[in-house]
Amino acid sequence: MIPISPTYLLYYLPLLVAISLVYGATRHEDMSLVFRHAAYTAYWITSFMGIIFLILWGVGYLVS
Amino acid sequence: MPTTDPSQIEVDGIKIDLRNRSLAALLAWLLPGAGHLYQGRYAKGGLYMVCILFTYLVGFAIGGAHVVYASWIPGDRRWHYVCQLGVGVPALPALVEGWRMKQATIVDRDVAGRVSGYRTPASWEPLFGGVMAPPRRPVREQEADEVSAWYARHGAGYEMGTWYTMIAGLLNILVIYDAFSGPLSIPISGRKKKTEDDDEDDKPADAAPPKTSGKRNAGKPDSGKTSTGKTSTGKTPAGKTTAPARSKASK
Repeated sequence: MIPISPTYLLYYLPLLVAISLVYGATRHEDMSLVFRHAAYTAYWITSFMGIIFLILWGVGYLVS
Repeated sequence: MPTTDPSQIEVDGIKIDLRNRSLAALLAWLLPGAGHLYQGRYAKGGLYMVCILFTYLVGFAIGGAHVVYASWIPGDRRWHYVCQLGVGVPALPALVEGWRMKQATIVDRDVAGRVSGYRTPASWEPLFGGVMAPPRRPVREQEADEVSAWYARHGAGYEMGTWYTMIAGLLNILVIYDAFSGPLSIPISGRKKKTEDDDEDDKPADAAPPKTSGKRNAGKPDSGKTSTGKTSTGKTPAGKTTAPARSKASK
């Protein structure tokens, strides 16, 4: 199904949290807005990565 | 009358004194978050410090302490270190080890005087038990050497550790900018939402005289898709109006 161990995907979580929080903090000074922006960024990144994953998974399914 | 002091800004209704901006940027590079602590922005400083150092140290650990090193010889051009160097002091020992390795490396030449290879003397020992030390020479792509041994020992951890430490360094570049100039105020992506403020912007200048509120990100805090003009430091676009800032007290 997936050519790598699913645990490999756990590397993604700390990066997602750190990137989202830092990016949100570089856009706002109010911490509540920082967290909201971070949540939005995490959602956006995850959605984008998810779409890429589905495309690649579909391509892999078709050629295998 | 707007202030022209670039170190005094207001973002999200919060007044910020950037103090000595160059010093803050230097501190931010040396230790993530230190520049913000110097400016009294403790929450953000702590957040940056935790996030970036955590990312860096996790990457460093899962890579077996070999993912951060400075080397620039054929076969081992460690361009990743340029990104990792953004994290400041935690990456600087690699420069020392890289310099020591360079001093110790023996350059082999052929009869024509051209460089034919590099060797590290068997007697050479790294300073910190091999942490942040470049691999022993020779390092040749697709051949068994110390780098391939690190890959074999740590598997995906070596690759991911390299990425973690690089991302930590790159994130700190944003933090350095934040320490120097305050929060970014450019749209991150996508369409700008149509708001009442924009409607006012569309009106002729004589119909709606511009305000010079000197506030950033004021009144558009939620989605992150939009951001208003900049500061009272002369960066505010002409004719740009900003909504009243949301003060801390109003929450």
